Parts: sequence; C-alpha cells; structure tokens
Amino acid sequence: MRWVPATASPRTGQLGRGGYSRPRLLIVVAWAGFRRYSTYRQATVASVFTNTVFAFLRCYVLLAAAAATRTGSAAGYTPAQLALYCWASQGLIGVVMLWGWNELSDRIRSGDVVSDLLRPTHPVATYLAIDLGRAGIGALLRFGVPIAIGAIFFPLYVPQSLATYPLFVISVLCAVMVSFGCRFLVNASSYWLLDSRGVTTIWLFCSAVLAGLVFPLHFLPGWLTWTLWVGTPFPSILQAPLDVLVERGDLGYRIGVITGQAAWAAVVLALAVLVQRRAERKLVIQGG
Amino acid sequence: MAERLAIYRRLIGAQVRGQASYRASFILDLVGQLVAPAIDVLAILAVFRVARTLGGFTAPEVLVMFGITATAFALADTTVGNIEKIREYVRRGLLDAVLVRPLSVLGQLLALDFTTRRATRILLGAAIFVAACARAGVDWTPARIAVAVLAPLWGAVFFGSVFIGAATVAFFWIDSGEFANGFTYGGRDFTSYPINVYSGVFRRLFAYSLGFAFVAYYPALTLLGRPDPLGLPGWIAWVSPLVSLAAALFAALAWRFGVRHYRSTGS
Repeated sequence: MRWVPATASPRTGQLGRGGYSRPRLLIVVAWAGFRRYSTYRQATVASVFTNTVFAFLRCYVLLAAAAATRTGSAAGYTPAQLALYCWASQGLIGVVMLWGWNELSDRIRSGDVVSDLLRPTHPVATYLAIDLGRAGIGALLRFGVPIAIGAIFFPLYVPQSLATYPLFVISVLCAVMVSFGCRFLVNASSYWLLDSRGVTTIWLFCSAVLAGLVFPLHFLPGWLTWTLWVGTPFPSILQAPLDVLVERGDLGYRIGVITGQAAWAAVVLALAVLVQRRAERKLVIQGG
Repeated sequence: MAERLAIYRRLIGAQVRGQASYRASFILDLVGQLVAPAIDVLAILAVFRVARTLGGFTAPEVLVMFGITATAFALADTTVGNIEKIREYVRRGLLDAVLVRPLSVLGQLLALDFTTRRATRILLGAAIFVAACARAGVDWTPARIAVAVLAPLWGAVFFGSVFIGAATVAFFWIDSGEFANGFTYGGRDFTSYPINVYSGVFRRLFAYSLGFAFVAYYPALTLLGRPDPLGLPGWIAWVSPLVSLAAALFAALAWRFGVRHYRSTGS
C-alpha cells in the first residue's frame, strides 16, 4: 500500500487537517510532542537519577585514567574537559534519546501504524516533529540537572569562546536528527521481522560505545576513530556535540564535525524515507 | 511441588518457543548477546590505551575484576534479570492477574519473561575471567581456587538480590522508569573497576553502604595477592558470602513488603 496525501495536492492546496498549512501542522505536532513528554515527570526524575549514577562512574574512571598518564591529560582532554564530557554525555542521552523508543515498532506489531499512513504529513516527518518536540523538553529537564550536579562534585570545564554555545545547539539539533533516523530504522525493521527485539539489542550495545558514551572515541587508535566517524552515524550522536562543547581542536575542526553530522542526518533521514516507502509497499495489516 | 515445577517448565518452554518463532530477530538477539561482553572488554582496553594503570592496577588485573563481575551479573541476569519488567506489569495493572493465580508472584514473573539468550553471556564472562587470571599471573593455591569458583556464585546472589530489591521500588513508585537500572547496571559497571578509582560519598555509598565492593574487588585482591590500597585487611574477601546473604535476606523482605503493599493502578 502507498502513502496517499489525505488532503489536496501538495503543490496547490497546502492545507492539512484543521486548516493548518503543512509546515504549521508539523510545528503543532512538535509542540504536542513537547507537551506529551513534559507529562512524564516521575520517569524523568528516575532517568536523571540513573544518568547521574553513570556520570559519577564514568567520570571517576576517566579521571583516574588521566591521572595515570605522564601529562595528566587523556587523548588530548584535560581532566576538566573529561569531567564535562562525562556529565554532558549523560545529560545528552535524554536529549537525543539514545534508547527506549519502541513506539513505531509497537504500532507495526499491533497494526496501528495504518493510521499513521492516513495522516496528511509523511510518517517520517510526523515522527521527526514529535521527536524534536521531545528533545526540546529533554534539553530543559534532562540536560541541565546532571550538569548542575556534576559542577558540585567536579571541576567542570567552562567553554571559553562565545561561539561554542550556538555551535553546540546546532550540533545537538543535528545529533537529535541522526539519533531519530537511526531509531526509526531500528523500529522499521519490524515491518519485515515483526519483532524488532534482536535489532534493538544490537543497537543498544553498539550505540553506547560507538557514540562515545563510555569513553571518548579519541581513546581509540586514530584510524579506527576516523573510520567510525566517517563510516557510521554513531559518533554524530554524542561524540560530535561533546567535542564541540569541550572545545576540542580549533574552530575549523568543530565546524567540520558539525558538517559531518549534517551529512549523516541527511543520509539517515533519506534512508528512513526510503525504507518507509518500501515498507508501505509490503505492509499487510494483520488482525482487525 | 512436582506439579508446580511442571507448570513453570511449561511457562518457560512457551516463552522460549515464542521468542524463537521470530527467527531472524532471535538470531540477531543471540549475536547481540555475544557482542555485548566483547564491547565491554574493548571499553576497558581503550581506557588502558590511554593510561598504563588504573588506580595502580594493570589491564589484566582490572579484567580479573571485570571477569568476576561479568560472570556473576550474567548468572543473575539470566535467572532473575527479567524481574525489571515488573514496572510495566504494575503500570499497566497486569500484576492484578498475576496475584490471583495460585503460584508465587515472583516465580510467575520470572517464568513469564524468561529468556535463554542471556545464558551465552555466562560462558563468555567465565572465559574472560579465566583468561584474565592467566594473563595476570595468578599464583594458584587451594584457597584462591575456592575464591575463583565461589566469587562469581556469591556475586550472582548479590546481583540477583539487587535486581529484586531494586524492582521492589516499582510497587511504590508507579512510573519508576530507569531508576532500578542505576543500581543493577550501575552496580555492574561500578564493580568492573577497582573501587579505589572512585572517591567521596559516591564510593562510600556504592562500595560499602550497598556492598558492591565485595562482589569483585576484594575477591580479586585475594586472587592477585595484593593488599588493599584502601587499607582493609586481607581476610575481608571472606566477608563477601555474608554480604551476599545479607543482601538476599534484605531483598526477600523488601519483596514481601512490596507485594503486601501493592495497590493496583486500576487500569
């Protein structure tokens, strides 16, 4: 089956349900995502607690590694940069939502996904809009608290250049899109497998390490770091915004990093659209 | 009793068959279970690429601690790890159905979500442990052999207790989300490294108040024949079984208390 726009032709009418134009409709959907995730307050507290525990763990281990080197810094990161790296990485988990999104997979299994196809916006665009809204509330609630706790217990690096802050925002935005694209693809495997548990397991184990959550990827041999960076989307999800935040390298390096992220965002989102199109041709709604 | 075991066997059998019926997913899942410990080892080796030692311990010595932890955690995860699904049961009100059936609540929950796939990790953990002991040059004595065999077992009792104790929170905190993970997976990561790399309140809380220091760190010191950099005497490793028993007792009491105080969400 194919995705058919439920409204007037995209070129002429431009009107979605309720009289919203299509871009406007996506903004409304994103706002709904923001509000929806702002209601999960208890789960947010629980997640922040867990992120904090892991930030303590990683931070102590990486600082011990830096302390054991001759220069006192590890792979070019000073202890203060490593500390900010750890706490910001745990805070970013809630923004990019590395794990725990099975919504599409569940809808494919139950058959509810068919109602996504009836919407006036493309399914990938709809889910991306919801996810950007979710990332907005995540940035407010889940990023700030770990950084504040980290600042109490460790001397955290303070970005020196003002340009870092807007660059970091852009980098995180790209990271959310890459993360969303990957999660969409993992979930979309259910169209073929019906059960995405296996793919999810592999994503769960690979994403943490390859995104740079457990240790900065620059700890690895140079050729491997760059192979991962160019060849896989994972470093674009955490390592990239974190390098921008702790001001690794010069400005040119950081702009290069963001360009790489933007390229990966384009690739995974295009893949998501392609996979969705193939899936719609194959989709059989089971049950009633 | 035999009748009950037969029921559990059927429940578990149905689970295994159900999961295996999605063949591609099942195989990918198995592959994932093999990849995970390999990634954990790589993570430790990556840290040692940057630093020669960690808290004064070399890579093989840290891998001895990791090996004990990985084996113990995999054992606990295979047997009682799926208890972490309880928060879904409580949130959706499914626990009500479990409570009215004439079988133990804990037993049912464990059987209902049983997975064989995690079992592969036990063997991998044990292999890493043995290889690390060989690399670290452990000088085998009867006492050390006893520690090497028993430490993963009492560590498993400890992690199992943590799983159940942390799951109990779900009875009182409906949307507790990832809260329990901080203790289960967080505890696993904590014990994978020598505890003298941590400091302050965090070390006191996890190492001694919660008892994670006794899972891998002290048994590993005994195996390696090293004094504790934090100054505790050598016989402290033999306290580990007592710590595990205390944890099991606490988890059992917490679980009973939790089940008695369960209030349905009404959904």
